[in-house]
Amino acid sequence: MSSERSAPALPARQTLTFRERYVPFLISFVSVAIVFGGLWRVITSAEHWPRIKLQFFNLEAIVAAFPNVLRGFGINMTVWAIALVAISIWALVLAVFRSLHGPWLAPIRLFSIIYIDLLRGLPSLLLVLLFGFGVPALQIPGLPRSSLFWGGVAMVLGYSAYAAEVYRSGMEAVHDGQRAAAKALGLSQWQTLRHAIVPQAVRNVLPALLNLAVALQKDVALLSVIGVRDAVREAQIYTARTFNYSSLIAAALLFLAATIPMARFTDYVARKDQERRLQRTV
Amino acid sequence: MDRIRIENVTKYYGENLVLDAVNLSVREHEVVCLIGASGSGKSTLLRCVNKLVPFDHGTIYLDGVSIAADHFKNNNELHKRVGIVFQAYNLFPHINVLDNVTLAPRKVHGVTRAEAERRAHELLNMFGLEGYARSYPERLSGGQQQRVAIVRALATQPDVLMLDEVTAALDPELIGGVLKIIKDLKDKGMTMIIVTHEMGFARDVADRVCFLEGGRILEEAPPDKLFAKPENPRTQQFLQRIIEAGRL
Ligand SMILES: Nc1ncnc2c1ncn2[C@@H]1O[C@H](COP(=O)(O)OP(=O)(O)OP(=O)(O)O)[C@@H](O)[C@H]1O
Ligand SMILES: [Mg+2]
Repeated sequence: MSSERSAPALPARQTLTFRERYVPFLISFVSVAIVFGGLWRVITSAEHWPRIKLQFFNLEAIVAAFPNVLRGFGINMTVWAIALVAISIWALVLAVFRSLHGPWLAPIRLFSIIYIDLLRGLPSLLLVLLFGFGVPALQIPGLPRSSLFWGGVAMVLGYSAYAAEVYRSGMEAVHDGQRAAAKALGLSQWQTLRHAIVPQAVRNVLPALLNLAVALQKDVALLSVIGVRDAVREAQIYTARTFNYSSLIAAALLFLAATIPMARFTDYVARKDQERRLQRTV
Repeated sequence: MDRIRIENVTKYYGENLVLDAVNLSVREHEVVCLIGASGSGKSTLLRCVNKLVPFDHGTIYLDGVSIAADHFKNNNELHKRVGIVFQAYNLFPHINVLDNVTLAPRKVHGVTRAEAERRAHELLNMFGLEGYARSYPERLSGGQQQRVAIVRALATQPDVLMLDEVTAALDPELIGGVLKIIKDLKDKGMTMIIVTHEMGFARDVADRVCFLEGGRILEEAPPDKLFAKPENPRTQQFLQRIIEAGRL
């Protein structure tokens, strides 16, 4: 072709032979098959395998437990979605509080610092127990009594402390020149945050926030300890009744179905973010 | 009438004396260029004028009123009247060119969106940026970004414009264009303080040139005089180095 002749500097595109193209693929396939097949053999030929299979991977039990576990999982996902929205907002408020400067704003700043230190230092389980059992026990009129509600509140309060620190790191990563430019244009402290710093910070930390979202997806199961009938609780109820643990495997499968795509999505967003940064520095 | 009067301004960064009792007046319609080696305090002086950094001693007056006075307590007034363009453009990367330009007029000075955008388009056209209003800064060349930054500073219709090495990042063929624009601004009566390493540019556009070293103005003269017959030996040395580097 004439175009190829006019550009001799470009090496001719290599065409791979059948062997070059498929042999590596075949080798991977065979080696994977050998390793995993071997493992499978070892496991299934173990003396206790039939009992393990019956206890954990009993298809009948999984199918029987599935409807209840799935309904419970609906609660997990609902709590997760609502908590996620609440955390994104509350954590941003905390991070902004913490970044404010000026002597009059010291109390707000201090509140945010103490809040983050306290709630980041406590185990989620402890918070869930404290709020999920403790607050309803107070029987204060006008406050909701539902342990589901208060358990959710505990998750939001705890995770917000982490997310606030993530936001804060994102705000600190925004270049100083951006603040200078905003100030030089006459933007107030609040307008600078609103129009210049926070939008850039959110973009900076989106992958980190999504990672937190994945962790939260699993941690919502902690609500099962205060009697919320989520997927784990439903699975436990089935187990207690039948002495078969396959229902927990059903719950596990549901969690994986939710967290693995979410984690992949997070990777994708992180990669996009990386590309964007590289593009900017070139 | 002095638009800006800088009296005895002294500034430390920690122990480091960055501005040492600087005195400088800029009359209305006047263009003053600041030259001097890297680290001599040129950028810091500009930043003091619009309160981006505090200074330790001295006073800066804008139209006879100290910028520390109550009148400028609310910084909007100061920043509306004194605009600055930075060496590194500092455009907001997450919003497009039009929003960069209209942000301050709309959010700080209460101009309606329609009016702010009309004026922004006018300025963008003037600076050869028509067609880039909806682009994001990172899609623009350095030269285009710097022109957007100038437009952004002009959008609030300031009385004084401070330019900090605005041509440093421009492609050679764009420097002429920006130079012409700055001259046009001067012809329209814009008062300007310009920090630059481009001596040809300073000679072309300045009414007065100040040579800074170690945070002090060592020599202040019209460009013809300062570039042809500098009095201070330090100025002579500085210009000699510039000539040797082939930049004058
Ligand atoms: N934020 C800061 N903190 C501490 N020191 C600073 C800061 N900004 C500037 N300096 C110091 O102040 C001095 C003057 O800096 P300035 O940026 O005003 O110099 P300049 O004349 O603009 O130099 P250049 O030509 O390289 O832009 C330098 O010694 C610099 O290291
Ligand atoms: Mg500088």
